Amino acid sequence: MQSRLDKSPVATWWWTIDRWFLAAFLSLMGLGIVLSFAASPAVAERIGLDSFHFATRQIIFTVPALGVMLAVSFLDSREIRRMSLIMLCLMLVLMVAVLYIGVEVKGARRWVSLAGLSIQPSEFLKPAFVIMCAWLFAEHKRQPDIPGNLFAMLLLVLVVSLLVAQPDLGQTMLTTGTWGIMFFMAGLPWLWIIVLGAAGVGGVFAAYTVFPHVALRIDKFLTGEGDTFQVDMGRDALINGGWFGVGPGEGTVKRVIPDSHADFVFSVAGEEFGLIMCFFIMSIFAFIVLRGLNTALKEHDDFTRYAVGGLVTVFGLQAVINMCVNLQLVPAKGMTLPFISYGGSSQIAIAISMGMVLALTRKRPEKRKQMGFALPQRALPAE
Amino acid sequence: MIGKLLKRRARTGEDGSIVVEGARKATGGKGKARIVMTMAVFFGIFSTISGRLVYLGFQTPDLSGGPQSRITASRPDIVDRNGEVLATDIKTASLFAEPRRIVDADEAIEKLSTVLPEIDYEQTYHKLKSGAGFVWLQRQLTPKQQADIMQLGIPGFGFRTEKRRFYPSGETSSYIVGLTNIDNQGISGMEKYIDEQGLSDLQASGLAVAKDLKPVKLSIDLRVQHVVRDEIAAGLERYRALGAGAVVLNVKTGEVVAMASVPDFDPNNPYNAQEKDRLNRMSAGLYEMGSTFKSFTSAMALDSGKATMNSRFDASHPIRVGHQAIHDFHGKNRVLSLPEVFLYSSNIGSAREAELVGIEGHREFLHRLGILERMQTELPEVARPTEPKVWKQVNSFTIAFGHGVSTTPLQAAVGCAALMNGGYLMNPTFLVRTQQEAMAIAKKVVNEKTVEGMRYLYSLNAEKGSARNARVPGYRVGGKTGTAEKVINGRYSKDLNFNTFVAAFPMDDPQYLVFTIADAPHPEKPGMTDVAAANAGVIAGNIIRRSAAMLGVKPDFSHENGATLVSYE
Repeated sequence: MQSRLDKSPVATWWWTIDRWFLAAFLSLMGLGIVLSFAASPAVAERIGLDSFHFATRQIIFTVPALGVMLAVSFLDSREIRRMSLIMLCLMLVLMVAVLYIGVEVKGARRWVSLAGLSIQPSEFLKPAFVIMCAWLFAEHKRQPDIPGNLFAMLLLVLVVSLLVAQPDLGQTMLTTGTWGIMFFMAGLPWLWIIVLGAAGVGGVFAAYTVFPHVALRIDKFLTGEGDTFQVDMGRDALINGGWFGVGPGEGTVKRVIPDSHADFVFSVAGEEFGLIMCFFIMSIFAFIVLRGLNTALKEHDDFTRYAVGGLVTVFGLQAVINMCVNLQLVPAKGMTLPFISYGGSSQIAIAISMGMVLALTRKRPEKRKQMGFALPQRALPAE
Repeated sequence: MIGKLLKRRARTGEDGSIVVEGARKATGGKGKARIVMTMAVFFGIFSTISGRLVYLGFQTPDLSGGPQSRITASRPDIVDRNGEVLATDIKTASLFAEPRRIVDADEAIEKLSTVLPEIDYEQTYHKLKSGAGFVWLQRQLTPKQQADIMQLGIPGFGFRTEKRRFYPSGETSSYIVGLTNIDNQGISGMEKYIDEQGLSDLQASGLAVAKDLKPVKLSIDLRVQHVVRDEIAAGLERYRALGAGAVVLNVKTGEVVAMASVPDFDPNNPYNAQEKDRLNRMSAGLYEMGSTFKSFTSAMALDSGKATMNSRFDASHPIRVGHQAIHDFHGKNRVLSLPEVFLYSSNIGSAREAELVGIEGHREFLHRLGILERMQTELPEVARPTEPKVWKQVNSFTIAFGHGVSTTPLQAAVGCAALMNGGYLMNPTFLVRTQQEAMAIAKKVVNEKTVEGMRYLYSLNAEKGSARNARVPGYRVGGKTGTAEKVINGRYSKDLNFNTFVAAFPMDDPQYLVFTIADAPHPEKPGMTDVAAANAGVIAGNIIRRSAAMLGVKPDFSHENGATLVSYE
């Protein structure tokens, strides 16, 4: 335990960090490892890899993820913005590149191979995008003659067009949704909300008409017909597990779900550890989202408010969509459960994003004193 | 609301930089409300997820659980009247798969085909990929196949013990006992009858447990059944006929002691049971019976009281009705007595008898004997007889000698039995029945005097007439032949006959009646004839010779060899 008198960066970090958040993130990472042992051996064996291939890799990726998260949490908000700007530019370049040099998987180019690591630029783009939008909204709020909102909108159009080109509708929806919520929190007039809402509905309708696989999935969900194998199996797994589960390693449905280690890890958790475990996982996500928004509520600095709100929103939306797909509440959509699903590089992206949340929610003296005419140059140690 | 917001926004703009803090507070307040709304939405979503989790928690898990345990249908044994087993359940193993638990369908099929090379790859693949909880792969395996598949150790495969019907007597009693399908449900013969008697309900409720089921005892005597099947099968070959059949009826109880029809099938391997000529000709085949029908015409004439044994009928020349003429086969061209009409099988004489009774009386009599009604018995395969819609004089004349109505051989046999047993018509049965039970349901259709006359006519015909071939020493057989021209494509054929023969024994108190048919028989050897006496009559004689002792009829040689017996005394 650090002494209160110790003014070293680590000690300062320890006393200013939001330990509830930290605990929640660490539990999710831990659960991710535990559940990877439950869900991934079946998949690994099926595709001819070593039984614990995915479980091992989950652990290997958790270590740098944890490091990255903690490292980012040491940054102050100015450094976060700088990092995000660099990351955003880099990822935009990569997303253009991915269209040409990307690895095509199931008809979509989303992955790019960098130094032996295959990474998905859109995953890393999300936190950077959120931070930059938060900054633009906050700048516009601070000085209405700065066209922050306009730039944010242009940025969204750029990102969305790159995502649709891949195509990656899941990330498009997620990004657009998060942007919309951030804009909403930033005081978007109701007229605009109606216009944008209509545009969103139009977008979904356009996706339905333009992309056959989207139309197919929505039809399937609405009519209950067609190949709903994975979703049905996911639901069966949950029912099979009951309240207390069939026990670790005893699950059988995980053997037949192709994505049991990724999109359907929630169902596998339900089968082996019971619905109680599902409640627990859901509660952690709910806690992070609601605590994040609550922090944003109390926050006086616009940038921090929008940034934290946006980061937990993108995190929460992703989790919520994944859980709803597992529970057959919404049409099937490929979306991973943050920290828990096996995801390799995406885990690091999420870690960066949650590191930012930790960094931005650290207790700072200026929060209470200053109303933000000018942001302080650097975070002062706590009193 | 929107207008108010816009106004407030406009005012802050006007105020400019002086009231920066005020503006901030205004937007800050609005931002807070917006964040609270976002939180509320997220809270709602998480509540929905919780609700769904609780809902799933209260679902019963057997939706995804393995196949429901299904009780394979148990059936009662079927035994003959002496307790010999005709049909029984044996246990076999059937292979099923649970596609949800199949890890690799390709590998599973590949392995399986080493034991069951006949499985269809495409079809099996679809089954295994169907996502169903349970599919049958191969029913009723041999123990060796089962052991081999177990050796493969394919996950997601399993065995279920099933019952399979086994028929120890094979084709001997195939049409009577009938068949079951792969799910052990009766689909024909007595098997179907058993199901219709409530066994299927019992099985559906899961109460049909093997040990509780009492064997179903048939009226069949397997020994006699074997004789009958053997004789008609031999006859089929000997006369190169299309079909042959015979029934042995207990005239006092209406029990069917034996009944067979060839060609038939092996119920243990009924691959050909659906072929066109596989028909239980005795109960499901409709034929014009020919001269056998003269039994009914004579009985009718006697029973009406309008004729006696001494009545005479003019058969000196053919009867002309319209442009048709009725001739005699063995024409005597003179006036015949009633017994002579029967003995010489005179078509003209029979038509005259019918004329005497009248059209209505004729029709009524045949209906009274049940010849033209759908027969009531346990076997499901029973045909409905056909008759002209409106009986004209010519119909009555031709029906008198067995043309113009079609009925089933079993039914004709039952009608004849009523003429032998004292005038009691009783529905034939394939289940054991005592004489008391039979008398309780019997219907008196002709008087004793008629019965007495008919017994005399049958005996006479065996002694001097066409039934001589069926005579068996000691058993006092009487009978009547029938050679009908076969109807082919709606016209009477000049070459092919449908032959029948009815025989009863012993004639002093008839106990059994044998009715045989031969469909389109040919002469046994060149130069021989193809009339009923030469084939159906021979078969009937053989059946009686071989089975009479087993039927418990005591031989009495006093009539044939009275002198010899006396000399021993």
